[in-house]
Amino acid sequence: MKAVLTGRHFMLGDIACAEGALAAGCDFFGGYPITPATETAERMALRLPQVGGHYIQMEDEIASLAAVLGASCAGAKSMTATSGPGFSLMQENIGLGIVTETPCVIVNVQRGGPSTGLPTLAGQADMMQAQWGSHGDYEAIAYVPNSCQEMFDLTIKAFNAAERYRQPVFVMADEIIGHMTERVVIPGPKKIKLVSRKRPKRKKNYLPFKPDKDLIPPMALAGEGYAIHVTGLTHDSRGYPVIDEETQHEMVTRLIEKIRRHAPEIWEFEEVMTEDADIVVVSYGAASRSAGRAVNIARKDGIKAGLMRLITVWPFPEKRIKELAESAKVFVVPEINMGQISREVERFASGRVLSVTHAGGGMLSPEAVLQKIKEVTK
Amino acid sequence: MKYWRRPLDKDKIKTPKGHIYIIPDRCKGCGFCIEFCPKGVLEESDEINRKGYHLPKIADGKEDDCMNCNFCMLICPELAIYTEEGE
Amino acid sequence: MSAKGANDKGRIETVEEHPLDHILRQDRLPHIWCPGCGLGSAMTCYAQAIERVDIPLKKQVLLSGIGCTGRIAGYVKVDSYHTTHGRAIPFATGLKIANPELCVTVFSGDGDLFAIGGNHFLHAARRNIDINVICVNNFNYGMTGGQQGPTTPVEARTTTTRYGNFEHPLNLPHLAAALGAVYVSRWTTLHCRHLEKSMEKALQKRGFTFIEIICPCPVGFGRPNKLGEGLEELRYYREKSVIKNDASWDEMVLHMRGEEPIVVGDFVDTERPTYLDLEEQMLRAKGLIK
Repeated sequence: MKAVLTGRHFMLGDIACAEGALAAGCDFFGGYPITPATETAERMALRLPQVGGHYIQMEDEIASLAAVLGASCAGAKSMTATSGPGFSLMQENIGLGIVTETPCVIVNVQRGGPSTGLPTLAGQADMMQAQWGSHGDYEAIAYVPNSCQEMFDLTIKAFNAAERYRQPVFVMADEIIGHMTERVVIPGPKKIKLVSRKRPKRKKNYLPFKPDKDLIPPMALAGEGYAIHVTGLTHDSRGYPVIDEETQHEMVTRLIEKIRRHAPEIWEFEEVMTEDADIVVVSYGAASRSAGRAVNIARKDGIKAGLMRLITVWPFPEKRIKELAESAKVFVVPEINMGQISREVERFASGRVLSVTHAGGGMLSPEAVLQKIKEVTK
Repeated sequence: MKYWRRPLDKDKIKTPKGHIYIIPDRCKGCGFCIEFCPKGVLEESDEINRKGYHLPKIADGKEDDCMNCNFCMLICPELAIYTEEGE
Repeated sequence: MSAKGANDKGRIETVEEHPLDHILRQDRLPHIWCPGCGLGSAMTCYAQAIERVDIPLKKQVLLSGIGCTGRIAGYVKVDSYHTTHGRAIPFATGLKIANPELCVTVFSGDGDLFAIGGNHFLHAARRNIDINVICVNNFNYGMTGGQQGPTTPVEARTTTTRYGNFEHPLNLPHLAAALGAVYVSRWTTLHCRHLEKSMEKALQKRGFTFIEIICPCPVGFGRPNKLGEGLEELRYYREKSVIKNDASWDEMVLHMRGEEPIVVGDFVDTERPTYLDLEEQMLRAKGLIK
């Protein structure tokens, strides 16, 4: 069986995500069944053995991410897929992945929370958790698909970013996109751009956490003879634990700067009719589909509305928000949570932000967004 | 050594001879090597190392008793002592 | 050695290097463990074992969780991963499956492996993942200052069992055997030679192996329980240890007080297909592996 199923398909979002992972070269999946992400695990259990990879179902999500990190350290392109409760359990090892600079992909098909919440219904309320969920300072990278096609495309991008920047990368999908079936076009393998982690060039004087100029250190794998030490403790360039202020400063600053410095090449968003927009609607994931419709209706009604759809929410594309804020009068932020990314937009839009919230459990309607747009124009 | 029964090959078997080496500044004076040497070769000395711990020494009359069993090496928690084949 | 005077009498010949130095990260030594702690002995036995077995050092991987024992991964000069608390076993599972050529060993403490990490032990043993788990059991949480843990015996004193421990401890070899571990043994740090041989055996054995090492912790466990310093604890082991390879599960229970024996030995040595064996076998039957 082929890893890349080139052709046109009518495919479930969660399955498109699994196919994207396989197209990206994923050869290890460690997971735990959870609604609404189970279909991704099931697809990987079917497909990985066909392409020489390994699927293992672990005892919980803590173990899942631990296994994913372990596999990555042995050279695999590894991933897991989960939803809110599992994502909460993974926070501990997300921190380990960040500090040990271990590439992997974590898909969160968001459902309603808190706690067990709404297992079968949508939510987007883990957006802040993706950035702030694990303790300590770090910069997250999170892609947010809004179609089955993007479940495929962005999973590949997530793998590429994980490999390029050496850290866990999130695909923050939601139940609506995960459980939707749409057309997915899978290109030929040669048309898919893949990135692999940077590797040490020579054994002599190799320091496992000494970065190159781009702040990213080349990664040695287990079993290659480098005798590396990798620890969750604060460490120096040799990878040795050093428990002091200076080492902490150097390590944390580099890990943060590693992402901030490359943010402009990570940022992705799509804009529709924003050039002359008085009202910029900022949205992402399932909610952005309603937002797009609301913007189209508003335009027909003569309202100068535009849509900025976030494809990466983290790092947050602050530069573009600032630019749009120069001409836009107001920002409207619809999302299936109580206003998480709305606050983030507010930070860069000088306060002119209106939130369209939804507690979860269903699709945020175009009418709700349109109503807010019309309130502003009154 | 006293035997409760004299082994038939006692004259053919040569008892190995060992030589003891120490890396003095690694010692933390736990006393494991002294207490558990199967031949009781070692005892605590008056000599102290840089960390202030008393080093082991070879007990009086035991100079030729080490059999190179290397038990002291395995039990030393500090990799401070070992034996090698002696002359 | 020639005597140079009265003071030099019996002086042991001084050297700079140890035969196992090349297996350890010299730039990280001396280690952080207290005088009288048995962790150093356990580490030396492991260093000796990986040097002796016929597996290249570059294929040896050592993992640990958090705690005093967790620091072992930082001292041995092989690829080593000091993971999160209790998670070394699932990390090792991923590592082994992604590269089956590696000889993967998890070396961690009783609290790390059996309290916070208990569930992972259960499932790795059940799956028969081909890894070696070595548990240093010192009956308490040493790194945080001597608290009660999952192996603390009934009545024992720790900083969080001021009136004695009300809990029943885990019986580790019994647990491992019940879960299907293919090799199970227990030694104290006094049984260095047995321990080293057991490690060699575990490293070469296919499947999930488990070795429990009873280890003195003079600060966290020895003193509050009147077992004394490290040396007295080892004397206690010498007095009470009984080698019994066919011990029943109730004989393996550790009381660490009174006249109760410390039963040690090679309890289990058997064969069972590993996770990867079964995966390969079934995928081959389906034509997915040629």
